[in-house]
Amino acid sequence: MKRVYTKEEACIGCRLCEVHCLTEHSRSKNIIKAHKKEFPRALSRVLVEELRPVSFAVQCRHCDEPVCVEACITGAITKDESGKVVHDEEKCVGCWTCVLVCPHGAPRRDLERKKVAKCDLCPDRETPACVEMCPNRALVYEER
Amino acid sequence: MKTYQLPEVKIERDKDRCIDCQVCVRQCAFEAHIVDEDGEVYSEDEKCVACQRCVSLCPTNALTIKDNKPFVKDNANWTAETQKYIWKQAETGGVLLTGMGNPKPYPIYWDHMLLNASQVTNPSIDPLREPMELRTYLGSKPDKIDIKMVDGEPVLNTKLAPQLMVKTPILFSAMSFGAVSYSVCEGLARASKELGTFWNTGEGGLPQNLYEYGPNTIVQVASGRFGVHSEYLDAAAAIEIKIGQGAKPGIGGHLPGEKVGAEVSRTRMIPVGSDAISPAPHHDIYSIEDLSQLIFSLKEATEYTKPISVKISAVHNVAAIASGIARAGADIIAIDGFRGGTGAAPTMIRDNVGIPIELAIAAVDTRLRDEAIRNRVSVIAAGGFRNSADVIKAIALGADAVYLGTAALVAMGCHVCQMCYTGKCNWGIATQDPYLEKRLNPDVAAERLFNLVRGWSHEIAEMLGGMGLNAIESLRGNRLHLRSIGLSTEEMDILGLQAAGSPMA
Repeated sequence: MKRVYTKEEACIGCRLCEVHCLTEHSRSKNIIKAHKKEFPRALSRVLVEELRPVSFAVQCRHCDEPVCVEACITGAITKDESGKVVHDEEKCVGCWTCVLVCPHGAPRRDLERKKVAKCDLCPDRETPACVEMCPNRALVYEER
Repeated sequence: MKTYQLPEVKIERDKDRCIDCQVCVRQCAFEAHIVDEDGEVYSEDEKCVACQRCVSLCPTNALTIKDNKPFVKDNANWTAETQKYIWKQAETGGVLLTGMGNPKPYPIYWDHMLLNASQVTNPSIDPLREPMELRTYLGSKPDKIDIKMVDGEPVLNTKLAPQLMVKTPILFSAMSFGAVSYSVCEGLARASKELGTFWNTGEGGLPQNLYEYGPNTIVQVASGRFGVHSEYLDAAAAIEIKIGQGAKPGIGGHLPGEKVGAEVSRTRMIPVGSDAISPAPHHDIYSIEDLSQLIFSLKEATEYTKPISVKISAVHNVAAIASGIARAGADIIAIDGFRGGTGAAPTMIRDNVGIPIELAIAAVDTRLRDEAIRNRVSVIAAGGFRNSADVIKAIALGADAVYLGTAALVAMGCHVCQMCYTGKCNWGIATQDPYLEKRLNPDVAAERLFNLVRGWSHEIAEMLGGMGLNAIESLRGNRLHLRSIGLSTEEMDILGLQAAGSPMA
């Protein structure tokens, strides 16, 4: 399956991926409204890890053997037939077990809504927003 | 002490649009954008260099950088700029430094030249349907050629001097590793290979990882002799002796020690952190005869397999100097006009020394023709080529090809803020800071350079076809395809041009 891969040598730590991820997962999908008008604010599912000059964006790896799926106490996280690790917000109870077990630190806690937020590979787009909007092509969406 | 300097630009932040994402804060190496403890972002105008990095990356277009030149009472002599220079020097006692090419409003002769096109009496050529040759060969051509017939086929009996074959008459100018980042060098090298042209190492040596691009590389031997060793010479397609640079004729170069990191140190063969000083003259060249010795030393060292170029800045006596260089045995003469760029030069020199490349091309071409030695050398013109029309006009004036420096940098993201000498280039171009350098992805750089030259080449082919020519070599030095507009008769005389409206003679 296609996954988002980071090219650490090209990541400039601008964090525009975070900005556009948040926008994509907002209600309005309007960058200004999403950041200034929507409460609770949507949460970016990608996080840039940085220790200058090294930086790279981390999001759910959609693992072949996802420990979060095994650990989820309500069955909210599953692996679908395409290989994508999907998260059902309805079922999520905010126990943070997936946060605890994920080796990549990918699931994020949405404290306002008491739900986990994780990368869904932007189902409404052909290419995930983070990849498309990266100004230095540090993220690629491809099959490996 | 409080500075007398006034901010020259104003950063306008549209608070309705700003989402406090801090991209601008992270992108500005000059620290013009700051975030306070409440997470609110604000700006300090006086630190802004107007490089437009924040404006380009702001995801909501909340930022605008506006001209905010200090208002000084109307005075043609004591302008805001002249006063600014004095304030600066009164504070520091130093030499004014700057980057890029001469920005002064001297005449741009390209904009006073018009190209010809065919109508009725001679057919124009459609380059999309008919062959169009942009390929040319750079190097010394024989005075005459001897052909013998073998089995009814003509065979060249004359031994030709080594030539550089370029698929388009556009090469990339010398920009040294150290002055520019590794990513720039890699982008230039990869684009050159893709385009079938050449990039030039400048005086900074050839980084180890780029040796594979040797067949598309011109290496420089400059007065500092940085990074010159036998593998370096062997790796290259051609060798260029750098005598001068258009932005700073007559003076040397100085790469500050802060820019000499491990990789630059290895490539230049100097200690980490030491200043790399290129003397103004080559200390072994004080005459044309001395130059000839270096040319032939380099030819000997490479067994006469590569053309040797000599790069000079366009100065008052450029035609006679070029004649001497041709007679000294050079295969290529590169001439850099006064609008040529630099990583660092004293402002007064950049802005006041040298002559426009247009006049230099014409003067050199005329002189070499008059002396019947034009065939002995190819002429590469450099210094401020802005578009394909400038290139084709240069070739019609008498150049064989052109070097692009600034245009290539602009293609890679440069916004000509002239702060190269600070080493804080926010675009990852003129910097050795690993955090800043990452901003130029070599993949992106190579692609953008390729696109630029491809686009220009298409336009050149179109214009050539319009003139009824099917090869760039048919245009070289063909000044009848140019007409001048708005020039004095003296300037027209130097350029060898007739006025627009005068018939084909």
